[in-house]
Amino acid sequence: MPTKIEKDIVTGRDTTGHEWDGLKELNTPLPKWWVYVLYATIVWAAVWFVLYPSVPGITGYFPGVLGYSQRTAVMDDVRAVAAQRAVTMDRIKALSFADIRKDPQLMAAAGTAGRIAFANNCQPCHGAGGGGQTGYPALAAGAWIWGGSLNEIYQTITYGIRSGDAKAREGQMPRFGVDGILKPAEVQQVADYVMTLYGGQPGKDVSAGKKLFADNCALCHGEAGQGDREKGAPRLASHVHLNGGDRATVVAQITSPRMGVMPAWHTRLDEATIKSLAIYVHSLGGGE
Amino acid sequence: MSRISKADRQLQLQREEAGDHLYANRVRVYPKSVHGPVRRFKWAVLIVCLGIYYLLPWLRWHRGINQPDQAVLLSLWHERFYFFNLEFWPQDIYYLTGLLIMGAVTLFLVTSLIGRVWCGYTCPQTVWTDLFMWIERLIEGDRNERMKRDAEKPTFDTVWRKASKHAIWLGIAFWTGGAWIMYYVDAPTVTVEFWTGTASKEVYFFTFLFTATTYLLAGWAREQVCTFMCPWPRFQSAMLDEQSVTVTYQGWRGEPRLRGRRHEGDSGGDCIDCGACVTACPTGIDIRDGIQLECINCGLCIDACNHVMERTGRPAWLITWDTLADQAAKAEGRQTTLHLLRPRTLIYISALLVAVVVMTAALLMRSSVGLSVLHDRAPLFVRLPDGNLRNGYTVKIVNKGPNIALFELRTDGVNAASLAEADEGLGPASRLGLLVKGDSVGTFRITVAGAPDRLVDGSQGIDFNLRNTDTGEQTVYHSLFMGPR
Repeated sequence: MPTKIEKDIVTGRDTTGHEWDGLKELNTPLPKWWVYVLYATIVWAAVWFVLYPSVPGITGYFPGVLGYSQRTAVMDDVRAVAAQRAVTMDRIKALSFADIRKDPQLMAAAGTAGRIAFANNCQPCHGAGGGGQTGYPALAAGAWIWGGSLNEIYQTITYGIRSGDAKAREGQMPRFGVDGILKPAEVQQVADYVMTLYGGQPGKDVSAGKKLFADNCALCHGEAGQGDREKGAPRLASHVHLNGGDRATVVAQITSPRMGVMPAWHTRLDEATIKSLAIYVHSLGGGE
Repeated sequence: MSRISKADRQLQLQREEAGDHLYANRVRVYPKSVHGPVRRFKWAVLIVCLGIYYLLPWLRWHRGINQPDQAVLLSLWHERFYFFNLEFWPQDIYYLTGLLIMGAVTLFLVTSLIGRVWCGYTCPQTVWTDLFMWIERLIEGDRNERMKRDAEKPTFDTVWRKASKHAIWLGIAFWTGGAWIMYYVDAPTVTVEFWTGTASKEVYFFTFLFTATTYLLAGWAREQVCTFMCPWPRFQSAMLDEQSVTVTYQGWRGEPRLRGRRHEGDSGGDCIDCGACVTACPTGIDIRDGIQLECINCGLCIDACNHVMERTGRPAWLITWDTLADQAAKAEGRQTTLHLLRPRTLIYISALLVAVVVMTAALLMRSSVGLSVLHDRAPLFVRLPDGNLRNGYTVKIVNKGPNIALFELRTDGVNAASLAEADEGLGPASRLGLLVKGDSVGTFRITVAGAPDRLVDGSQGIDFNLRNTDTGEQTVYHSLFMGPR
């Protein structure tokens, strides 16, 4: 508390009356309007307290006279945006891919919608940007198993692969090793030959494997290992491999193949979103 | 000898009695009009400053079709700043930084040389306050008349004068707020839109906001802004030293001040304690107390004092522009010289020179072509069926020219690189031709496929070379090509 107001000799001013270890403070009175501005802000705060949500209670809070809620406000915004978007999404749903591609604005909208839907639904398996991972195809590489045109991608997304849906893409590779179609030694020979298709240098004679391949594998994978999209048989003469490019993987795949499953997305996503997804996946770099 | 005025002391006594000690009533300042060279110079600066401010938005500048023809336009809506021949894009924002640095250092330099002339002559607060005071004086009369009006019961004459004063103030404030908006949107267009009610909400909001601030700050707050609100007076003392030229009362000549008629043999100084310097002061201080926070260095007290000196037959310039060092020397009867060049000012000058040279060079070497390349975050690379690697990039090409231009993009650093742009169906090819509209940024999704042979820890350098095929201007962006570790 102020003790004694003194007059400073040098400046002729009063001190505030505060003293700290002999140090005294000159009083430079603030104009009153500054204080009134402070009072005005206090009044402002009081009004704010009444108008807007302010006082917390045990089970709830005082919602304010205006009934304002940020949650309501953001939901209104979300609804407004959805309504705005519906116009574009309806057009994407109605038009063919050829017509959508003619409209840069629709393409941009579909690209964005597809990117978000991809991140929410596809990315866990196919990786960000469709980079793929072991057992899950890379979508950006152009190494399509079932086809890379917009319509083919659309079909794959809609009905899935081995998904149990009536229109699902179906393809089965026999269990050559487990079911005894090929003897273990023959499996090794076929694997030796397949490694040459993968780009490896044959260290030994692979003619036996080549013959076995022609008899057992070429029906689906093609004479030159070019694959068959009708049957979903992957191209083997390639540097892109679904399950891995090493010999052990090839042996394992011939012995007891991994058969991946992709869900039928029409049960979860609407038509326009699936079309947008197809357009996005097509744009990743592998589209045909 | 006490240096506080009688009024001040009385006020202090009142405060102590009222127990209201830490807050004070605002002491109204009624500056008296003065005439003289300083006042004339101040009017000239005021006319130049206000002239530039109000008229500059109306200056037209031809830039070509579909380009704004306003000489100075800060188009926030279209993200372009125009200054005569110069056009700035958002990414040129560092020029603003440079401008602010130059402005700050110039302010420091000028202040250390000749005191707070910015405050006294060119600060908008000073300029508009001066203008508003001039109008007040025209309508309500000079100092004494205004004090009388405020002291007595309001008469009809006082009321209509005050009312018309505020009306004119508001008019000027409105004109000021409106002119501010014109720096951001085309002046003739926004004027028409404003009066036909078709301007945007923002235009109306900011016009009225700046109308209100001008009216309040120049009409009502005045010296309160300088004394209590502005940070500059708080630290300007760091720029001043004993060699700075400031408005100075020559105490050695004036003291001891003696009121009234002098007689032969009186020991009094030249100051006759008439108070002309105090009544002329727009911030209401006594310059004879020496340099102080409230002094804005406007020098109106010089004109006021010179007038009195002339009438009483004394040499003029009792209050003058001088340095503390010179005053100390003169008090002892010595002569000194001005030290304009001293370490402080030399440092400010060299800092200013560096800033000016750097900014000018940057401005002159500014390219009208810009390129930025952003590598995809995922996937980092894609292995292709033929064994090559492919990387994806988002390439942004800035075309600052007025016309559509064809840019040629190629890469260096990756073997057998082939570029492709899927959206437009360009490539694959070793170089791509990309069209970018004038005065805009073109964004392209570019994929580069190739056989990198210098991968270290999964990456190697790749240079994107861009050439404007019309002007031949080139630019390079260094990026990375990623592959397996």
